[in-house]
Amino acid sequence: MAKVLVVTSGKGGVGKTTTTAALGAALAQRGDKVVVVDFDVGLRNLDLVMGAERRVVFDLINVVQGVAKLPQALIRDKRLENLWLLPASQTRDKDALTEEGVGKVIDDLRSRFDWVICDSPAGIERGASMAMRFADEAVIVTNPEVSSVRDSDRIIGMLDSKTVRAEKGERVEKHILITRYDPSRAARGEMLTIEDILEILATPLLGIIPESQDVLRASNVGTPVTLSNADGAPARAYIDAARRLCGETVAMQVPTERKGFMDRLLRRRAA
Amino acid sequence: MSMGLLRLLRGNKASAPVARERLQILLAHERGLRGQPDLLGVLREEILAVVSRHVTLDPTKVIVRLERGDEVSTLEVDIEVPNDFERKRAAVG
Repeated sequence: MAKVLVVTSGKGGVGKTTTTAALGAALAQRGDKVVVVDFDVGLRNLDLVMGAERRVVFDLINVVQGVAKLPQALIRDKRLENLWLLPASQTRDKDALTEEGVGKVIDDLRSRFDWVICDSPAGIERGASMAMRFADEAVIVTNPEVSSVRDSDRIIGMLDSKTVRAEKGERVEKHILITRYDPSRAARGEMLTIEDILEILATPLLGIIPESQDVLRASNVGTPVTLSNADGAPARAYIDAARRLCGETVAMQVPTERKGFMDRLLRRRAA
Repeated sequence: MSMGLLRLLRGNKASAPVARERLQILLAHERGLRGQPDLLGVLREEILAVVSRHVTLDPTKVIVRLERGDEVSTLEVDIEVPNDFERKRAAVG
């Protein structure tokens, strides 16, 4: 049974696209058939983060409008044969996404994949509401910072009222994914703690992605962070989150960089 | 030297508890507003419906503004009526 998962946040720049790529790759590596769908019409970037920017021919809008068939627009990942991308249009505007059209594409994707992961644009406008409209589950990407937490709360309100599931009286299963977390700053009282965020948002936690240079490095080269440095802290955190999405029980922890003897020695000297 | 002592010497307090408290107060307020219908939107729609029964209007030229004061609030309705309205009406009548 296919699952439609929306990766959303309200606020921009918190890591939705990074998360979509990383979770997509992690789920595909487990053997599930996964498609990641970019809903950020006009400002597409999932293709770039996935390293497929030069292979885009058709896009989501073309499929919605019947200009292209779905298989023509799907781009297969070069590293993982179970992973596919449906890019957004770079030229059209978001009004080209009709609810009926998007619904048909999602239905079609459901019949072909185990996971349909929708990368939402920032904001609460049409693109964002279309990305969440048909979702069964939602990952709400939140930074430990006041504006991000406030926007997440707003998005949770939308997931509970504006989705097809909500309108049928059913629930969209919601998960908080905290990104850019710095445990040492939280311990010093300089950053909202995990407990603070979960208490305020009253939503269960899917994972904690530590602040790490791996994330920028991965997007620089166009590789999901779970593939570019699979042993790194963010990759391990995303892989754990993907396991939890599949129903596994995985102890919650903030993975830290594995530091070698030399690293520690140099760090001590620098400090 | 412990972080706590360091902070004491520097004299700056942890900011995260402030963030937490501000968020809790703000979100309690915002969640309360969320379920309510959009009063201004409803007013605007209904005023537009009544007036356009008699006058042909450009719906974008109907502005409804609510200003909240401490004692009283004011509701301002600004409707732009095309100048040739009377003539058109005379021609029809």
